[in-house]
Amino acid sequence: MNESTVKDHSALADVFNKDENRVNWHDETLWWIRAKRDKAVHQLPEWEALRDTASQIKNNVLSNIGTYLQKFEGNALANGVTVHWATDAKEHNEIVLSILQKHKVTRMVKSKSMLTEECHLNEYLGENGVDVIDSDLGERIVQLAQEPPSHIVLPCIHKKKEEIGELFHQYLGTPAGNADPQFLTETARHHLRETFLTRKVALTGVNFAVAETGEFVVCTNEGNADMGAHLADVHIASMGFEKIIPERKHLSVFLRLLTRSATGQPITTYSSHFRKPRPGQEMHIVIVDNGRTIQLGREEFRNSLKCIRCGACMNTCPVYRRSGGHSYHNAIAGPIGAILAPNLDMEKYSDLPFASTLCGSCSNVCPVKIDIHDQLYKWRQVIVKNGYATGAKKAGMKVMTLTLSSPTIYHAGGKAGRWFMRHVPFAVNNKLNPWYKQRDMPEPPKESFGEWYKKNRK
Amino acid sequence: MEKNINTQASQLPLQGAGRAREKILAAIAQNQPASKPLPDIGFLKGTDADPQEKFTTVLTTIGGKVLKVKGFDEIKQLLPEHFDTSKRVVTTLNELSDIGQLYTGETIDPHTLEDIELTITSAHLAVAENGAVWVTEELVKQRVLPFICQHLAVVVKADTIVSTMHEAYQKISDSVYGFGTFIAGPSKTADIEQSLVLGAHGPRSMTVFILE
Repeated sequence: MNESTVKDHSALADVFNKDENRVNWHDETLWWIRAKRDKAVHQLPEWEALRDTASQIKNNVLSNIGTYLQKFEGNALANGVTVHWATDAKEHNEIVLSILQKHKVTRMVKSKSMLTEECHLNEYLGENGVDVIDSDLGERIVQLAQEPPSHIVLPCIHKKKEEIGELFHQYLGTPAGNADPQFLTETARHHLRETFLTRKVALTGVNFAVAETGEFVVCTNEGNADMGAHLADVHIASMGFEKIIPERKHLSVFLRLLTRSATGQPITTYSSHFRKPRPGQEMHIVIVDNGRTIQLGREEFRNSLKCIRCGACMNTCPVYRRSGGHSYHNAIAGPIGAILAPNLDMEKYSDLPFASTLCGSCSNVCPVKIDIHDQLYKWRQVIVKNGYATGAKKAGMKVMTLTLSSPTIYHAGGKAGRWFMRHVPFAVNNKLNPWYKQRDMPEPPKESFGEWYKKNRK
Repeated sequence: MEKNINTQASQLPLQGAGRAREKILAAIAQNQPASKPLPDIGFLKGTDADPQEKFTTVLTTIGGKVLKVKGFDEIKQLLPEHFDTSKRVVTTLNELSDIGQLYTGETIDPHTLEDIELTITSAHLAVAENGAVWVTEELVKQRVLPFICQHLAVVVKADTIVSTMHEAYQKISDSVYGFGTFIAGPSKTADIEQSLVLGAHGPRSMTVFILE
């Protein structure tokens, strides 16, 4: 994306909001998933104890992450896995390309990895003559549409089946007008099976990496990570370094939380534990920093690194549900994306922490108890202090500071506002007032609470 | 073998690969907070009186099928009723070698398993709370075997069904495997408008035979 053409969250949300029916449908679909999450969660009386334990394990991880990573590396090497380290996206992409070039391979199959979205791996490999096929159905759909995923768990949640049918008609030769999910999935099954059978290199993400054993776990419902990895000569697994956990038994806590939080399922269909390459296979792990060490050093924000990428905060967020994932112009959307992104580029993502009502629902559903809404609030302060707030926001805050620091101006302002709304409503009920765009302004009260109190005080 | 692989890694044309490791670890050392204790997770455990009943309910709910059997003879009877055994059937179980091809782990190209209609294998244990079975490379012999088939059947001994994932990992303990996976139901997706479709890339169905 070109810097000068980047629109901010509210401008991008405007684009999504042009189609009101779609917004309503998007909103309801995600809320339905949130409701499924609730149903699953309420079946476990120990849910809060699980969240608490997961949070404590992750706090321990963040405070010993260097030791755990070295232990993981040592065990992975002993298991016959090659371990790479990458300080940033560029190094990560170069390492992946170098492995492909070593094997003289120009085609790769990839299962879901938000890290590779963060690193823009597909674009980089494309520029270097490597063709990448995403094998998760949702990711394949957005790849065909030449769009980024709009949700970390449900990549094409913003797309209607008719649009998917049209994409399949255009690229996979299905009959025009067929939008039956069963038929389209079957088509993708055949298309991607051919891909799995012919690719020599497969890349997967990593959900959890175990320091104690050097193994890593990849979770999918479709089985696409396994189909890719078990048929390829080379398996590359890319992981952000915060994916590390201390011991194998801790997987029990995280696997119980992950999918219940994500979709309301008790577990993903496949939770695959990769420890050694299969005989004759080569296995690589790329451990990536890309700004994570900086976030680790930000005391107020380091907890964001506890995230296990379930997407529950997105499904519950009233802003995400009505603005769509693409409005966050970042690989990871929603509340968690809004607290991760400013760490990477405070200026570019200065709008995201403001794309929230601070209702706190995100923090309530977070399986590892990240204080997401508190961090959104704290980022706002950091962003304004660093001079990255927009001109209008700065001017507005100056007016508010003046108003709130002077009782005379405050009372006069309130009086004027009520008078205007009563006598010349069009002064506020117009397009210049962004609050009026999707809602009616309320009836103004006859008097302020202060005035009422003065009159009625005995 | 191990040494060989490590040498290969050092031959990769990476700029500053060694530096990246030291740089990241140094930045972590500088930025990580004071050590916080690791919690004891021993208090987390299941309370199911009848894990077999729960397992059956959960696996059925997520699209799997459960059949209780007395022995392998009964499985042999049931298989043709539930599957097209005229197509390629592969099993890792000696007891079922007259139903399908017995695969005991000979070196093969995994791509040759592409046309399997049914794989029948066994699991170390099963988990009541989520309908998953735990299989490792030792049992499936070839990692892709339970994924590449059109249908999957798994034999589980009734007394290996545990209540939750906590008991599962207690049993798995520090066992050594190259690859292990929890499988819970058929391969599935709901990526198109949240419509659930069974048979995404892997098996279209999963049947568990609970062996009394």
